[in-house]
Amino acid sequence: MSKMQINITVNGKKQELLAEPRELLIHVLRERLGVTGPHVGCDTSHCGACTVDMDGKSVKACTVFAAQANGADITTIEGLGGPDGLHVLQQMFKEHHGLQCGFCTPGMITRAYRLLQEIPNPSEEEVRFGMAGNLCRCTGYQNIVKAILAAAAELNAAKEAAQ
Amino acid sequence: MNIDVRSVQRATVGRGIAHDSARKHVAGEADYIDDMPELPGTLHAALVTSPVAHGKLIALDPAGALAIESVVAFCGPDDIPGHNDIGPILPGEPLFASEIVDYVGQPLGVVAAETFEAAVKASRAVHVDVEEREPVLDVETAHEAESYVIPSQTVAEGDVEAGLASAEQLIEGRLEIGGQDHFYLETQIAYAIPGEDGDMTVHSSTQHPTEVQHHVAHVLGGLANSVDVFVRRMGGGFGGKESQATIIAAAAALLARKTRRPVKLRLKRSVDMSATGKRHDMVATWKAGVRKNGRIEALDIEYLARAGNTPDLTGPVITRALTHSDNSYFIPAARFVGHACKTNTVSNTAFRGFGGPQGIIAIETIIDQVARELTLDPNVVRAINYYGPETGEVTPYGQPVEHNRLVEVTETILATSEWQRRRAEIDAHNATSPVLRRGLAMMPVKFGISFNLTSLNQAGALVHVYQDGSVHLNHGGTEMGQGLFMKVAQVVAEVFQVDIETVKITATATGKVPNTSATAASTGSDINGMAAYNAATAIKGRMTNVAADHLEVPAEEIVFREGRVHAGNRSISFAELAKHTWAARVQLSEAGYYATPKIHWDVKTLKGRPFFYYTYGAAVAEVAIDTLTGESRCLRADLLQDCGASLNPAVDLGQIEGAFVQGMGWLTCEELWWDEKGRLRTIGPSTYKIPGSRDVPRDFNVAILENAPNGEETVFRSKAVGEPPLMLAVSVWLAIRDAIASCGQPGISPKLKAPATPEHILEAVDDIRARGSATGVA
Ligand code: FES
Ligand code: FES
Repeated sequence: MSKMQINITVNGKKQELLAEPRELLIHVLRERLGVTGPHVGCDTSHCGACTVDMDGKSVKACTVFAAQANGADITTIEGLGGPDGLHVLQQMFKEHHGLQCGFCTPGMITRAYRLLQEIPNPSEEEVRFGMAGNLCRCTGYQNIVKAILAAAAELNAAKEAAQ
Repeated sequence: MNIDVRSVQRATVGRGIAHDSARKHVAGEADYIDDMPELPGTLHAALVTSPVAHGKLIALDPAGALAIESVVAFCGPDDIPGHNDIGPILPGEPLFASEIVDYVGQPLGVVAAETFEAAVKASRAVHVDVEEREPVLDVETAHEAESYVIPSQTVAEGDVEAGLASAEQLIEGRLEIGGQDHFYLETQIAYAIPGEDGDMTVHSSTQHPTEVQHHVAHVLGGLANSVDVFVRRMGGGFGGKESQATIIAAAAALLARKTRRPVKLRLKRSVDMSATGKRHDMVATWKAGVRKNGRIEALDIEYLARAGNTPDLTGPVITRALTHSDNSYFIPAARFVGHACKTNTVSNTAFRGFGGPQGIIAIETIIDQVARELTLDPNVVRAINYYGPETGEVTPYGQPVEHNRLVEVTETILATSEWQRRRAEIDAHNATSPVLRRGLAMMPVKFGISFNLTSLNQAGALVHVYQDGSVHLNHGGTEMGQGLFMKVAQVVAEVFQVDIETVKITATATGKVPNTSATAASTGSDINGMAAYNAATAIKGRMTNVAADHLEVPAEEIVFREGRVHAGNRSISFAELAKHTWAARVQLSEAGYYATPKIHWDVKTLKGRPFFYYTYGAAVAEVAIDTLTGESRCLRADLLQDCGASLNPAVDLGQIEGAFVQGMGWLTCEELWWDEKGRLRTIGPSTYKIPGSRDVPRDFNVAILENAPNGEETVFRSKAVGEPPLMLAVSVWLAIRDAIASCGQPGISPKLKAPATPEHILEAVDDIRARGSATGVA
């Protein structure tokens, strides 16, 4: 199959590469660009371990073709924190013990990052609903939900203070 | 450790410090094996597996696979330079089937290619020809033919026949208990790197690096000292990476040897789920002789366990089922029998609880049935059967139940869960709600800690102090997310009284600490923590003498505190003392060792004291079921778990919550489903449903039992926590039974299969409605 030129922006950095159109975004990220934060848990878009942010939407990178990602702006877990440290969500996952083996964590946080933009002040029910596409086998989700709610509170407080 | 730890305020131990890699995990910087930078020339591998459940292997021809572009090599049973045997306990378990294939998904060989995709494609292009034979797919058929992978086991005490004959009432029943896939989020993976002299370095996602080391060496035809295994972390294990990881590591190593290139083998989820073992599904049948007040006087339980095609760890799994069939109850005459049925399905293996959950759900179902058929309160039946001074205090396998906390955990959970008020409310609700029924249940868990097999209860650790005062820690335990590395580091920081940041946590390595046991049976922190404690304490003793010389005081006056070493009002830093110790030519390194005391076990009679101690816990669960659709939901769960004096309460709470939800999955939504050809059809998250963020109790209250240091001398009086809370989820199962029972007449016990899927709940509701009034058996 002929390769096509793919231009994507990953975590603010422009990338140009040749890929087979049906190559999956997760492989482009992990194998071509060395962005290994997003993980492969199921290869079938059911576990959420590979979740990244693409043009302002959460997507499962294991079911997005490189061709579909052409021209897209992609943020992964590696791109969430600023130069001087962790994003509030990352901080809260750490503080509230929202992880055990950590394999689901990059996908969880990346999804939660988008969720809090979709619903800046979510109820617990909305968090649970909004995170339903991300599986965790270790934590039982309690501390994940707590971390997201705590991050929402912190982000909202910061917003208010800025106004 | 003869100090009384109860009154001592500790600096590091007992604090809820975050997981050792938390900072890296949230930043996406913690490397799993698949994230490690690949060495030049790395090949990717894929397993070739059996398409049929049983038959004679006629041909295994890789020509088609090797013709695919970028495919480099194939290894089958004939390409094994050493032994084609990876049996973890008993010999005779092939890495690759050579003559007879025994289950769908059984590894037959492995291919390597330049890319993962090409390897997967090639694995399907290997020509496999099997002369099919009739497979045995269920335990009953195997049992009728007396086809077992190992001899049957019996735990027995007292005269069961007499007890049953003289009972006021005889209660009989049967329970189908489903299996469970581990569904660790990181599938099985290994990365094998060939070295000089035929050496092999293997990065393996394994709970048992020593087993991987030994089997890789023997498969390659070498000795253990030619293989180095490293495990920094796993993306979940739950027992599934105990013996099963060997398959993956050995296959990768074979290709690495053959091609002289590094080889990575990562299983696709579908291959992981069909090629590797799971929790044993079992069928339990019983006869109980009881008094009218619910006291069980004699109990006969028989388990048919699905071993699969080989023994693997089935023997000890059954032993643990049998030694937990009493759970918290003293049964004067007991006979618990377990058969390891040989089936043409994947060989089942360790899974968190290791047989304990099957034993506990059986006895809890029996207690529930006894209560329902005698129209007694199940909690009353529990209480009058509890181990205690009035009943008896020795288990059927001969171990006394010491430091018994059953009454304490029961009373506490009944109070904090507001049992009485809610019981009345739920009964009132059910009286007026024809479709939605609610159920409530309480149950205790007593779980024995230690490997049943005494020889496994040993551990090693290696501690170095460097001249700048930094500490290097290594031990035989592996980190799979359970927080072991942090707990052991806390122990070492506590001994030296240094900041936790001073202690460097390092990957488990067979070259540093040899001959380790699997990180399993919840014993990780107990045994590795104690080995590290012993190592650190030995170094500290030597450093104390140097400090005494240096500060010119008797050694007794030296105190380590907050990173400094004090003598009266003079002090030097820990780092300065390290430098002095080196200069004084005193060793700053120690290999620590620990062997669990007091335990012994006779594998022939199944008698002894297999467990160093018991942990206790209790749970109350409330559910709602829809009697038209069979759906169920857990509305509230209250858990109380004994962690002794917890080394890290944040880690322990996480273990309790996670284990409980995993147990709920086992008993409600996770169903393994094989077709009539013996093909597992639930090989991905689309068909195999593990709990999601909305499937956990809406109201979830979790507590650690307070002021409860271990009565035995464990490391800082803590207790193990990995497995016991999984069994607290049996409360959800019992609450579903309670809801179903409300659809029938008093005196009738539901017949429900586990897992309580909507189908099984509907079946049980229909059944109990059809049965009308109380007659017959449950
Ligand atoms: S790997 Fe993409 S959803 Fe599981
Ligand atoms: S922390 Fe292990 S899967 Fe979520």
